[in-house]
Amino acid sequence: MGDRIYPKLVAARLRGQMSYRVSFALECLGQAFAQAIELVVILVVFSRVDALGGFSASEVVLLYAFAGTAFGIADLVAGQLNELPDYIRTGKFDVLLLRPLGTLPQVMASDVRLRRAGRVAAGIITMAFALTHNDIAWSPWTVLLVVVTPLAGAVIFSAVWIVACAVSFWLVEAQELANAVTHGSNSFTSYPITVYSGWLRRFMAFVVPGAFVAYYPGLALLGRADPLGGPAFLGWIAPLVALAAACVAGLVWRFAVRHYRGTGS
Amino acid sequence: MIEVRELCREFAVTTRTGRFRRTRRTVRAVDSVSFDVAAGEAVGYVGPNGAGKSTTIKMLTGILVPTSGHVRVSGVDPSRSRRELTRRIGVVFGQRSQLWWDLPLRDSFDLLRAIYRVGAADYARRLRECVELLELSGFLDRPVRQLSLGQRMRGEVTASLLHGPELLVLDEPTIGLDLESKERLREFLADLNTTRGTTLLLTTHDLDDIERLCPRLVVIDRGTVLADGPLEELRAEVAPERVLVVDLEKPADPLGDLAGVVAVRSELGGLRQHLTFRRDETTAAALIAAVATRAEVHDLVVEEPEIDDVVRRLYARR
Repeated sequence: MGDRIYPKLVAARLRGQMSYRVSFALECLGQAFAQAIELVVILVVFSRVDALGGFSASEVVLLYAFAGTAFGIADLVAGQLNELPDYIRTGKFDVLLLRPLGTLPQVMASDVRLRRAGRVAAGIITMAFALTHNDIAWSPWTVLLVVVTPLAGAVIFSAVWIVACAVSFWLVEAQELANAVTHGSNSFTSYPITVYSGWLRRFMAFVVPGAFVAYYPGLALLGRADPLGGPAFLGWIAPLVALAAACVAGLVWRFAVRHYRGTGS
Repeated sequence: MIEVRELCREFAVTTRTGRFRRTRRTVRAVDSVSFDVAAGEAVGYVGPNGAGKSTTIKMLTGILVPTSGHVRVSGVDPSRSRRELTRRIGVVFGQRSQLWWDLPLRDSFDLLRAIYRVGAADYARRLRECVELLELSGFLDRPVRQLSLGQRMRGEVTASLLHGPELLVLDEPTIGLDLESKERLREFLADLNTTRGTTLLLTTHDLDDIERLCPRLVVIDRGTVLADGPLEELRAEVAPERVLVVDLEKPADPLGDLAGVVAVRSELGGLRQHLTFRRDETTAAALIAAVATRAEVHDLVVEEPEIDDVVRRLYARR
């Protein structure tokens, strides 16, 4: 992706969208509002209880802010994959195969919606709030952690998104399933994983790997030990987990496209 | 330019056979197809719906991988060197767009220039040629969604030529166009083929496209090649009859008993007669002379069998 084609493609899409200014502003606001609603839910819950899974309100808001920002960025980068079933059904995907570029970046650059930036903005504001309302031992390392965590989280979410959407190469009707997985993983990561139990926790935390989006980095930032007994270094390896997730997603995509073109299965 | 040997493509089709039970069977969409296209040729690839045309095109352009068989297009294996191939060929699908819907046509061209990394001088020259010959200048700055189908198709053809392909593959390029747009597009494609030597392969249902553009025809049905050759040869082979239409000065009895005539249809009380004759039994000249001995001829015309009649006979023959 070293060349400047993708920025150009994205810029072209944005130009197209900016021709409808009012609806753009409204949608941007709507996205921020959607993100804020989830925050209200957390605050309502804490008006009834003092702690959730062993975490205070401001701590949960921090996790929520990490997850929300990461999800917002991922939505901006990979959200276009929701259009994939449509691409496959209408043959638009074939047109992508007729160009000298990879199909995944083409789909991702195809319809970037800047209005989704509203969600990212809401996430960052919430994060600023949470960072000032928690007791954090500031150092160059924790600053780095704050910057890297949403980015690594965004990569993890994007990878989940790619894998979930790749299913539509087999089942074009599977988009609802993909939505459940992506939005479900957003909800999951907004809370400390201690509130979940059993196979759901293990699956969403380590297979998906949602625990590295907000939970473990959050623990490290707060200087807390994992109530579930996980080692401390887990808070610092989110970028590595993200890299692994991206590799898996890349392989799944390749496999899926190969299936589509007819050598798979 | 194109080399196809015993090309096959199967699809798995699942059908419900009970409330829960499904059976899988494989269907051969393309069954052992072989043909060659030399550089500079213009070939029509025709057949009824579901004959396997689009599947073949998708295998030639690298979208689908063949189940078995050998394909070389422009010297490369399409399924293995998809990206390499995209730089050498241009593809136009009549029913799906490669343009950006809400951007001006000019911006779509500019994006394609970046995608294919076309040099500034080449790009400017090719665009200028297309703008001139396809008369795009009136709507270059209009968003694609506002273009008429005819204008959009001219845009699509331009888009597929900006990187200077040596082979242009067109899948139903004239579908849905009005007569004038069709004619303009055909004229452009014919010129592209003859003066610039771009090889053409096109699928179509409109046999006028073939008549106008393609000296050679490959006919496919149910996944196999039925016929391959110049239109004239196919015509002589499957439709050896001609029709002589004579307008007489005075009404006459039907002239069905003349040598070589196999059928006769009489109109206007015998004033106009359609005489169907076999070319291998008599010639038009001999028949005209025979008619003249029986009645005074006012006017006459010899009709070739329509091309769709030729193709229909080819399908019917199997």
